[in-house]
Amino acid sequence: MTPISGDEIRAMVQPGRVQRRLYTDPDIFELELERIFGAAWIYVGHESQVKNPGDFLATRIGRKPLLLVRDADGQIQLLHNQCAHRGSMVVALNGGHTSEFRCCYHGWTYHLDGRLKAAPLLHGYPAHFDPKNPELAMLRVPRVASYRGFVFGSLAEDGPSLTDFLGYMTTSFDDMVDRAPDGELEAAGGVFKHSYQGNWKLYLENLCDAAHPLFVHQSSIDASREQSDEVFSDGSGEIAIRQMRQNGAPYSFWEANVGIWTYPNGHSFLGDYHDDAKLVAAMNDPTFRDYIVAMEAKKGKEQTKKILEVRRWNSNVYPNLSFMSQFQQLRVVHPISVNETVVHTYSFRLRGAPARMFENVISFANTVNGTGSLVLTDDLEIYTRVGLGLSSAGAQWLEIGRGYAGDLADEHGGRRGKNSTSEIYIRNMFDAWLTLMTQESELQGEPSAARAPAAQRRAEMRQ
Amino acid sequence: MSAGAAFDTAECEQFLVHEARLLDEARFDEWLALFTTDAWYWVPAEPGQASPRDTISLIYDDRRLLETRVRRLASPRIYSQEPRSRTSRIIANVTIEAAESAACVVRSKFQLLEYRREAQRMFGGTCFHRLVRGADGIQIAWKRVDLVNCDAPLEGLVVPF
Repeated sequence: MTPISGDEIRAMVQPGRVQRRLYTDPDIFELELERIFGAAWIYVGHESQVKNPGDFLATRIGRKPLLLVRDADGQIQLLHNQCAHRGSMVVALNGGHTSEFRCCYHGWTYHLDGRLKAAPLLHGYPAHFDPKNPELAMLRVPRVASYRGFVFGSLAEDGPSLTDFLGYMTTSFDDMVDRAPDGELEAAGGVFKHSYQGNWKLYLENLCDAAHPLFVHQSSIDASREQSDEVFSDGSGEIAIRQMRQNGAPYSFWEANVGIWTYPNGHSFLGDYHDDAKLVAAMNDPTFRDYIVAMEAKKGKEQTKKILEVRRWNSNVYPNLSFMSQFQQLRVVHPISVNETVVHTYSFRLRGAPARMFENVISFANTVNGTGSLVLTDDLEIYTRVGLGLSSAGAQWLEIGRGYAGDLADEHGGRRGKNSTSEIYIRNMFDAWLTLMTQESELQGEPSAARAPAAQRRAEMRQ
Repeated sequence: MSAGAAFDTAECEQFLVHEARLLDEARFDEWLALFTTDAWYWVPAEPGQASPRDTISLIYDDRRLLETRVRRLASPRIYSQEPRSRTSRIIANVTIEAAESAACVVRSKFQLLEYRREAQRMFGGTCFHRLVRGADGIQIAWKRVDLVNCDAPLEGLVVPF
């Protein structure tokens, strides 16, 4: 891999434009895995996916396979999914329940917290071998932390706390959780996995892009507008069609009614897009009325009103998480190679809400996150199309300057666009990108191996 | 064939082959016309999925959404079909699973090749059709398509199975 200097990296990001190389260069991609995915807090799962001691879930940070585990004491652990003996992946299933982890190669076993439990034929090893050595384990990821049930891991020993990293974005998680009458979410309803032939950054860059739906989604906007409402629907199609029509809101709507807010570390959210009236028919919908009754019973009238007044669309947590509190959707972007990305999307059940609410969530998920959706398929085409376009030798700079002159300070320490068509959230992600990508070079002269703690270094080397 | 007559396997197979041909030839309006006015079309996202209501689906269309899906396929601005896919389907192993006087559930196996933009994808799996015999001939009351790789990471699914 060709070394890339800090100056070289800094020269790739200018006000309102970035070099195409950021999306096409395999060396940049490898550096991103090391300096962004190897340093930032990365979402790895939800506590409801590992409810009981012994529950485990396969997850990853970047390309590193990990296990999210609820250990015997009820603590959340995040382990490298690798045997300390010969390096084999210990757990091959996506999830399940177990009392211990056992490697299928030579039968080394591990406690749920990753410590070596037993290994056969422990004799004849050289003097340095000690089965009590804590590094002889399914190693723990250096840091793991939760915010209201959402679990993040960091491969870096040191860095800001999770709440400092999230900053004001915690309010988006609050919005999602507070919508549950019982104050808890449960991951449910399966996971979509979709892939595209394009760079991982493109996904989040599209999710708060208020200027694309009218164009990219024109086929589904037109088809849904021409659809007769007299035709039979069991309710699911009705939700889908309402959403597709909404995508056809004109530019004037986005510029007058919708906002974009950004915060330190690359995070952002698109706000004031939908009120519940537009999508779930609010008070006309008996399910929603039942939901409000359930909310008011648990939280009181005033608090319920306050919670439901929050109208955020996509909340993006850099580098690879996006969620939608209003419809309990969550997407995780997994970089595979510089031009290959897989996205997993999840739905959440609001505990204490009427069962029918979750059916609406599923219909919504199929519409906006479904692999066969009438909407998402055109987004996936765009990501691949950008990948294809950048394989040409066209313009060297990609423009992200829309709304640049109108950016404003935000009262919570961030910046917002004058309105939602500003590309400020992309510029904000590249600010974070630049900070993380040049961190290593700020410390030039100090060999990187000297800073990484031994356990982590060995873990990295084994990957 | 009278409106109340029972189905036999050969007749079902002939119908499924006809349906596959309409799809391969991109005659989507004619394909849509095969469905009853309250039909649903379902491609589960999980093996053995019990319900489209509490679990996501690769595709779950009630009649209203199915009409919208088919109308979109004809749009000149459907970028995910620019260029258009070409498909080739083979239907086999047709059996009648449950039969009533003028309706039955048919199980079949399919293999589908989809070619688009220098790449070919292959899908395979099991289809279930509920067929009903009405005044205008055989119609599909519902169709379920269980893909072998339904839970794999997939690029967009645009052409119906």
